[in-house]
Amino acid sequence: MVAKQKIVGLNGDEASAYATKQVDPDVVAAYPITPQTIIVERFSEYVADGLVGSEFVAVESEHSALSACVGASAAGARAFTATAANGLALMWEILYIAAGLRQPIVMAVANRCLGGPINIHNDHSDAMGARDSGWIQLFCENSQEVYDASVEAWRIAEHADIQMPVMVNFDGFTISHTMENVYILEDADVKKFVGKRIYMKTEGPKGEVEFKLDPDTPISIGPLDLQDFYFEHKVQQMEAMKGSLKAIKAVDKEFEKITGRKLEYVYPYKMDDAEVAVVGLGSAMGTVREVVDELRAEGVKAGMVKMRLFRPFPVEDLKNAIGNVPVLGVMEKAYSIGGPGAPLYEEVKTVLYDLPKRPFVADYINGLGGKDTSPEMIRDVFKSLQRIKERGAVLEPVSYVGVRE
Amino acid sequence: MSERKRGWKTLPKGAVPYKSSKDYQTGDWGVAKPIIDRTRCSKCTLCHFFCPEGAITVRVDGYTEVNYDYCKGCGVCANECPVKCIKMEMKK
Repeated sequence: MVAKQKIVGLNGDEASAYATKQVDPDVVAAYPITPQTIIVERFSEYVADGLVGSEFVAVESEHSALSACVGASAAGARAFTATAANGLALMWEILYIAAGLRQPIVMAVANRCLGGPINIHNDHSDAMGARDSGWIQLFCENSQEVYDASVEAWRIAEHADIQMPVMVNFDGFTISHTMENVYILEDADVKKFVGKRIYMKTEGPKGEVEFKLDPDTPISIGPLDLQDFYFEHKVQQMEAMKGSLKAIKAVDKEFEKITGRKLEYVYPYKMDDAEVAVVGLGSAMGTVREVVDELRAEGVKAGMVKMRLFRPFPVEDLKNAIGNVPVLGVMEKAYSIGGPGAPLYEEVKTVLYDLPKRPFVADYINGLGGKDTSPEMIRDVFKSLQRIKERGAVLEPVSYVGVRE
Repeated sequence: MSERKRGWKTLPKGAVPYKSSKDYQTGDWGVAKPIIDRTRCSKCTLCHFFCPEGAITVRVDGYTEVNYDYCKGCGVCANECPVKCIKMEMKK
């Protein structure tokens, strides 16, 4: 049965902070950085007002923030942190440690470009730098999706078959600072949904134990792991991440039961008969949807696929969503300097390569450093895709959208 | 440790060691090992206190003894011994 909900005005940061307040994690260790600052501010207010029982650790850096979360989580606590851009970059070392030690930490990332030159606005270069670290990565289009992901992330992270940290990504300023109507659950329903933390079963020197530091059932977490075991443990992580594709679906279904909102890994839009389509992540997909509607009204068979899940990469869902579209554009706010394309383009192409009938694929890098991706620019992308269709060839595999020459 | 090591499917999750650290005999890391000449030992037990591995114990007769299962051959004991009765011998 769908639980009672009410509409409130929240920006993305507030939606993240509010959901986290309702979850009431044991430990929150965070350092403020634009455009994530509001999360930390709101949460410290909740702590000061006694609205949560969380231990708030005002750390001196993001490296320490995530380190504190790893320690807290290893001790059995629920731990939350939030960051952006250079803060996430400073966490880089600990990202791998949190994931490698299978700590179900939840982190909000208000996506912001990496300096330098210094810039505080949105793109996905921060999240893409973390894509190989072993974190589950969800991308949100609006504040509602931030709220939903911030509640659901705990169940995903702590799922018995997953036990991995989860990163909730949403675009800096575009989402983090834009107030929207958000349906929120009641505190009790959120508490009931997330329940108590589930501990993965592991095996110490004295047999099966719960994976947490407990003097009664002692285990070592994070010891030296050399040539004869490290590779095996990395394969465990890779296989667990693959396996999480099934488990996340189950959590999505439970979430739909209480909210009425159906969550998918990828959202195809007007793809059934599409001849030109765009795939991408985050808030820009809302604008793409508008443009698809306009183009459809003009007789262009346009479509789009929004991805909510980036890690694990939803290979089968994406293949199904893309279907038989002959020309596909990847729109992404990220880059790989010196690479054959930006991250999403490379991965989408990898997924499509083995298909007997694969579409032409072109990469459209846009919105770096918060540069606006306007409907006109998206129309230009679709025009470019139509030219590829007419010509039957991709002449420019990677192009930059809306940049001055 | 000659038994077959476990593969990724059966290793404990979270990279937790399934054996006690006692089972990892780190003594075979070293290239040299300390030999105590008890004819000159003054039973001061400084080697026992300085050993970073806890691999030197004090016997009931007051002399110290090296546990070669865990001694990594660092040579701290030989360096600290005030009567220089510990010498580091290269392993063959």
